[in-house]
Amino acid sequence: MNQPFLGAGVDQPLPISAKIKTPHTAGERAALNFRKYLVLLSVVLFSAAGDVMLSRGMKQVGEIHLTNLGSAFSALGNLWVLLGICFLLIFFASYLNALSWADLTFVLPATAFSYVVMALLAHILLHERVSLQRWCGIMLIVAGVGFVAGGPSRTEPAPKLAQPAPELSDPKFVEARK
Amino acid sequence: MKPLYTWSAIAMVVIASTAGDILLAKAMRQIGDLGHLRQKKGIFAVVSRVLGSATFLLAVLFMTMAFFSLLIGLSWSDVSLVGPAAASLTFVTNAVAARIFLKENVDRRRWFAAIFVTAGVLLIAH
Repeated sequence: MNQPFLGAGVDQPLPISAKIKTPHTAGERAALNFRKYLVLLSVVLFSAAGDVMLSRGMKQVGEIHLTNLGSAFSALGNLWVLLGICFLLIFFASYLNALSWADLTFVLPATAFSYVVMALLAHILLHERVSLQRWCGIMLIVAGVGFVAGGPSRTEPAPKLAQPAPELSDPKFVEARK
Repeated sequence: MKPLYTWSAIAMVVIASTAGDILLAKAMRQIGDLGHLRQKKGIFAVVSRVLGSATFLLAVLFMTMAFFSLLIGLSWSDVSLVGPAAASLTFVTNAVAARIFLKENVDRRRWFAAIFVTAGVLLIAH
């Protein structure tokens, strides 16, 4: 079958868009998703635990006055503050990982569940009073998480290279060339 | 006077961490999926690629500012007020900033999330 026009590009190098390795096996894809969920979970847990530890530490350190802002550095000597910083560093690494494959406007709300974990931890460990109104606020935030969780994690502008030139795919045009 | 102090600290956290988040997302987008990079070239390649990014270092500078503002805020008020208030307000400012600076597609679903989170913050704050 003679297809000079369509066959002309066969020996040519593929366009960049075609070289991107997209197909994964079902197992690979599942593992990928599991890894991503694990990263998001790690963001949630470590940020909440880190903040609660910081809060506990800062309560021991006491109030920082505007006239003596340098005392904020002395808080670094507190064990809970240091532990909180360690947890927040792990949170930061997970957060970086999440941002490397998802939009900022996906990662932030998807990990908003940490507010609930934080309120629970503050209630149980720090004996802070979490009022009914605050719980309602937290529930609204969780509802916000629900809105983004079902959507795509990354939105890209339409790739220009992936679309073949219209005349190449138009059967009438090909027919006319023969 | 104390609420004014608390909300000033929260405002500082919001501004600094929005700038930090936008720069961070920009840096990570330039570098690509860290998981894939680690599988192909190892963890040291990931660390050096991330630490070598000027955008990342600038982001860290802003996040450090946000962190110390948070520390000061926490010494003035409860974690269940300062934490969620600062982080959720940051989320709203981030949605706007991500649309402008990162050209992210902030669709209706994501705006609804922003509205719910803002309402949640109002309830938490009062």
